[in-house]
Amino acid sequence: MEPTLAGAKRLLPRRLALGAAALSLLAASVFSQSVLADAANTTGLAVTDTEVLVGQLHSATGTMAISETGSIQAERLAIDQINASGGILGRQIKVVQEDGASDWPTFAEKAKKLLVGDKVAAVFGCWTSASRKAVLPVFEKENGLLYYPTFYEGLEQSKNVIYTGQEATQQILASLDWIAQNKGAKTFYLIGSDYIWPRTSMKIARKHIENVLHGTVVGEDYYPLGNTQFGSLINKVKLKKPDVVFAAVVGGSNVAFYKQMKAAGVTSAKQNLLTLSVTEDELLGIGGENMAGFYASMKYFQSLDNPNNKAFVEAFKAKYGKDSVIGDVTQAAYLGPWLWKAAVEKAGSFDIDKVVAASPGIELKTAPEGYVKIHDNHHLWSKSRIGEVLPNGQFKVLYESELIEPNPFPKGYQ
Amino acid sequence: MNALDKLLGGRQGTLGLALLALLILVVFPLSLDALRLGMIGKYLTYAFVAVGLVLCWGYGGILSLGQGVFFGLGGYCMAMFLKLEASDPQSTAIQSTPGIPDFMDWNQITELPALWIPFQSFGFTLLAVIAVPALLAVVIGLAMFKRRVGDVYFSIVTQAIALILTVLIVGQQGLTGGVNGITDLKTLLGWDIRDDSAKLVLYFINAALLLGCIVIGKFILASKLGRLLMAMRDKEERVRFSGYDVASFKIFVYSVAAVFSAIGGAMFTLQVGFMSPSFVGIVPSIEMVIFAAVGGRMSLLGAVYGALLVNYGKTYFSESFPELWLYLMGGLFIVVVMYFPNGLAGFWDSHVRPWLRRLARRRAPLANIPAPAPAATQSEPAKTLEVQP
Repeated sequence: MEPTLAGAKRLLPRRLALGAAALSLLAASVFSQSVLADAANTTGLAVTDTEVLVGQLHSATGTMAISETGSIQAERLAIDQINASGGILGRQIKVVQEDGASDWPTFAEKAKKLLVGDKVAAVFGCWTSASRKAVLPVFEKENGLLYYPTFYEGLEQSKNVIYTGQEATQQILASLDWIAQNKGAKTFYLIGSDYIWPRTSMKIARKHIENVLHGTVVGEDYYPLGNTQFGSLINKVKLKKPDVVFAAVVGGSNVAFYKQMKAAGVTSAKQNLLTLSVTEDELLGIGGENMAGFYASMKYFQSLDNPNNKAFVEAFKAKYGKDSVIGDVTQAAYLGPWLWKAAVEKAGSFDIDKVVAASPGIELKTAPEGYVKIHDNHHLWSKSRIGEVLPNGQFKVLYESELIEPNPFPKGYQ
Repeated sequence: MNALDKLLGGRQGTLGLALLALLILVVFPLSLDALRLGMIGKYLTYAFVAVGLVLCWGYGGILSLGQGVFFGLGGYCMAMFLKLEASDPQSTAIQSTPGIPDFMDWNQITELPALWIPFQSFGFTLLAVIAVPALLAVVIGLAMFKRRVGDVYFSIVTQAIALILTVLIVGQQGLTGGVNGITDLKTLLGWDIRDDSAKLVLYFINAALLLGCIVIGKFILASKLGRLLMAMRDKEERVRFSGYDVASFKIFVYSVAAVFSAIGGAMFTLQVGFMSPSFVGIVPSIEMVIFAAVGGRMSLLGAVYGALLVNYGKTYFSESFPELWLYLMGGLFIVVVMYFPNGLAGFWDSHVRPWLRRLARRRAPLANIPAPAPAATQSEPAKTLEVQP
């Protein structure tokens, strides 16, 4: 009897420990946050007297990580700068970073976790349209606030999203006008990766070319995402000799496309090319020498010559190394926290509804791209710019438009 | 031993099933908040695939690396119905062609494609969720097994099918929503599936369907067919020479696995609110095999725990260590494969159960109840006898 009892006693703590481990596992899954409700926070967001919680939801792993890292860094930089200058309404910003892992359902799951579990006051995140489409119902259902940095196809407007990149018409129309005027372009060849953004962009481009510029589209081709064989396309371009190749090829296809163009002798010496999808980030992979002399239409280039941008580039390089480059989306991501700060301060509250209501009309005169203003439709008034690719992987800015009104549902272009 | 007991795999099997039912029907709903319960609901939809894989891989020896195809087909059938319901003319008034799904409008499609028209009926949709994957599985099965394509060649072909279907869905974006998938699903027959209360109801439907699939699986394994499957896996030629039509059995079990996956896919769409090609491809299909491997490919119940554990691990690690989580998941897989080649279920049988039995034996004299320990040992030889012939 005696030894058995001892044996049971010896076992008991172990079983208790096992039980405790299981319990703590359960407890770990229930996130609780002590929240002080006051005038600045009446809806139970994770805001205390000294801190406000925000979420960051990008892909830190997977195929999109290479693109989204710049956005993660820029948002962090903006948040650090805001904290260093005293925070928002006296609160320091604390970031909960979640990894969307380049996987759309994961984005949706993490968005829900940030909004329902962590009760964050704002989320800075997403990059691809697919990820935004996946989280959008969550943000609308849980009434969250998302700052989305990528230039995209438009056709969307949500109360719960502020779009800090350009929608399609902003990026396309001014650039087509410019190339028609300055290069006398009449014939266009449209090329894109096969998904919603290039398709919509080319639809808008075609209408503008045919109805406004009275030019012709001599070819329109789409290639699957990740396609690396552009030989037949390049032959068609050589055959049709369009005045302009208008390109929206993305991701890894970009590298193959421009290298094969150069190998086939289609260079800027005899062919104009205008792209919607090459920023400084992409040029790192393509190599500036492979597409020197071609043009890109963006709202921001790292080489922009203004005091805001000089300070931004300097701060970015000081934080992330002097070889880091800043593309259009990275700059748009940087705007997110600043626009949110301005809206919260105008509203005097972190409540989502009040911040959303305060957002239209918010101006940012310190933006690296110069000046932006939030439109009633939650997109930004911004300028469009044409940059010429330089062999060193930077752009020379050739042209700058007036401020362009965002128009995500362009009449006559649908 | 009565028929029901036999169906559920003896006392051990009944107890295991009861424990699982208790866990997913009572413990999870009571202890977790809506957010976490929703995640468990999502993980359980993957468990359907894993349960199907136990049948066709663990017992039938057919390793399909393309189960995502069936998960996706089931999910897309359901998503098409929900999308049509969400695209009524009022809420799509802003489009050039109101009344069709938004992505069709973006792709310059002006009327509902013929493929979509039957999906306006809920009855047809439910039928399609089962019938479309079953049909595809039968066609694949006829093409492969009748020609005696098996083993690794079959696995490669299933991978190719997963890839083909992904390319097809991405390429035909006017019909399918392309890379974005079918998103923004709102109601099922007017019932808002985004509510917490709706999610709870869906969770229980999902759990009940999963338990139903497990019981069906147990029934198949307990029948003569189950015995034949194992025989085929271990010595296919011998079964063929005994006069059995091996291909038909393979087609059958492969189709059952396909239908299970499709039910999971449909429930996924209902609970998560969208469907995209990222569930159809090779990577998710292989992930689903991992769920079954971690849980134990010879155990229907183990597959459920495998799906839960792997997905919980993904969520937990990625929330706690956003920079490191992929390595931690990799570590988990390596540990399982190295130390428990038969997965969690194998670990349970070889380590936990003997330990529990020792514990019961030691405790028995302490509590002065001599009965249970011998009873537990008695059921063991009975079970081995059962499997012998």
